[in-house]
Amino acid sequence: MFSSFEFLPLLLKGTLITLEITFISLAISLVFGVFVALARISNIFILNKIASVYISIIRGTPLLVQLMYVYFVLPELGLKLTPFTSAVIGLALYESAYLAEIYRGGIQSIAKGQLEAAYAIGMNYNQAMKRVILPQAFKNVLPAVGNSAILLLKNSSLTSFIAVNELMHTGELLATSTFRSLEIFTLVAAIYWILHYPMTLLVKHMERKMDIDSNKRH
Amino acid sequence: MKTRNVVLGLITIVMLAMLGACGGKDAGSKEAVGKESTIETIKDRDKFVVGVKYDTKLFGLQDPSTNKVEGFDIDIAREIAKNILGDENKVELVEVTSKTRIPMLNNGDIDAIIATMTITEERKQEVEFSEVYFEAGQSLLVKKDSDIKKVDDLKKGDTVLAVKGSTSAKNIREKSPDTTVREYENYQEAFMALKAGHGNALTTDNSILYGMAQQDSNFIVLEETFTDEPYGIAIKKGDTEFVDEVNKVLNELHESGKYDEIYEKWIGEKPKN
Repeated sequence: MFSSFEFLPLLLKGTLITLEITFISLAISLVFGVFVALARISNIFILNKIASVYISIIRGTPLLVQLMYVYFVLPELGLKLTPFTSAVIGLALYESAYLAEIYRGGIQSIAKGQLEAAYAIGMNYNQAMKRVILPQAFKNVLPAVGNSAILLLKNSSLTSFIAVNELMHTGELLATSTFRSLEIFTLVAAIYWILHYPMTLLVKHMERKMDIDSNKRH
Repeated sequence: MKTRNVVLGLITIVMLAMLGACGGKDAGSKEAVGKESTIETIKDRDKFVVGVKYDTKLFGLQDPSTNKVEGFDIDIAREIAKNILGDENKVELVEVTSKTRIPMLNNGDIDAIIATMTITEERKQEVEFSEVYFEAGQSLLVKKDSDIKKVDDLKKGDTVLAVKGSTSAKNIREKSPDTTVREYENYQEAFMALKAGHGNALTTDNSILYGMAQQDSNFIVLEETFTDEPYGIAIKKGDTEFVDEVNKVLNELHESGKYDEIYEKWIGEKPKN
């Protein structure tokens, strides 16, 4: 009799790739999302329109379609990417659109008076954004960003469709070659749960911290 | 409270993993359960439900304009339906992939698998097989101007594309351990990836590759085959009555010359006996 734990080394290899994809694409989207959000609230018409269209397309189409597009269609336009790079780009573009909307909500939740006060002490728009508005907005949106990161971790399983050897892909290959779906997918699910749990705790911690801070202010 | 949640979560995971560990080597294999044999089920339903490929030219390919699925495997399925139910149209074609076909059979979603399925010892642990109904061999599909003329030309750094759940990926890893193997959901995706330049070659049975080469003349199938791939019709484990019935149909097809007719219709030549 074989123990299902014999599959763990291979699954953990896949887990490592899952984490790489998730955190690289998250790092990119955390930054890119800010620029998209700023473009979205910008008074410059063309910037605003580009950001709006980008967000609309990304949020209005399934992630799987986007991944397929990056992996299968871009080579026809002369841009050939590895499965890993395609996955990172696909997930980063997807996550950026969602984060941009979260950031936008955060920025717009800051009272108008804050911006006016910043102008009153001689700051220009960029300085006011950098020093006054964005720090407060980020603090407000941290829990939402955390939840979005958890979703990104789970969404990374879709990259198995473009042959990325991440956790889900590894699980599928093991299941089809050994016919032991019960054990393998149970382990895969357990690993995803273990990965998501610390992130959930972190989000809860941030939410509590924010509650304490807002209570202090009032 | 927080600690209790973590402990409960970990206990659940350990229990699930232990449940998995109890599965043993043959966790997937099931004896045919239930009172009715597959033949009786088919007769009661008045329809033969068969798992076929929808993406494999020559064997089972769906025409997007008509939604009709046609191919060698489909014609074999129709002949079995004709034999059991007296009408070749009393057949329901359910799409399967290399990855989903055995679970679908074991779940009772389909009565049989006729889907370019190679008979292997591992698979015999899971399902019953009919006699061989098609002899194929694994080969490579490459660009016409490729340097790869035979499987031994594959070198470190080359990428070979295959399909999840097929024997091809396993075979190519053994035959050419230095190459990178990427596995896709189905043949059309693997072929799309090859056309997009994501690999140097695509590997599966030559019979399937010939269909792909017909779709795009920029690609050729290498003459050399490096494995034998005997296709069998898969039936639920333990249902020997239905296996015998299917074998009887296959023998009749050979004796009547109908098999040669179907073979020539799709493969374009008479079978090599």
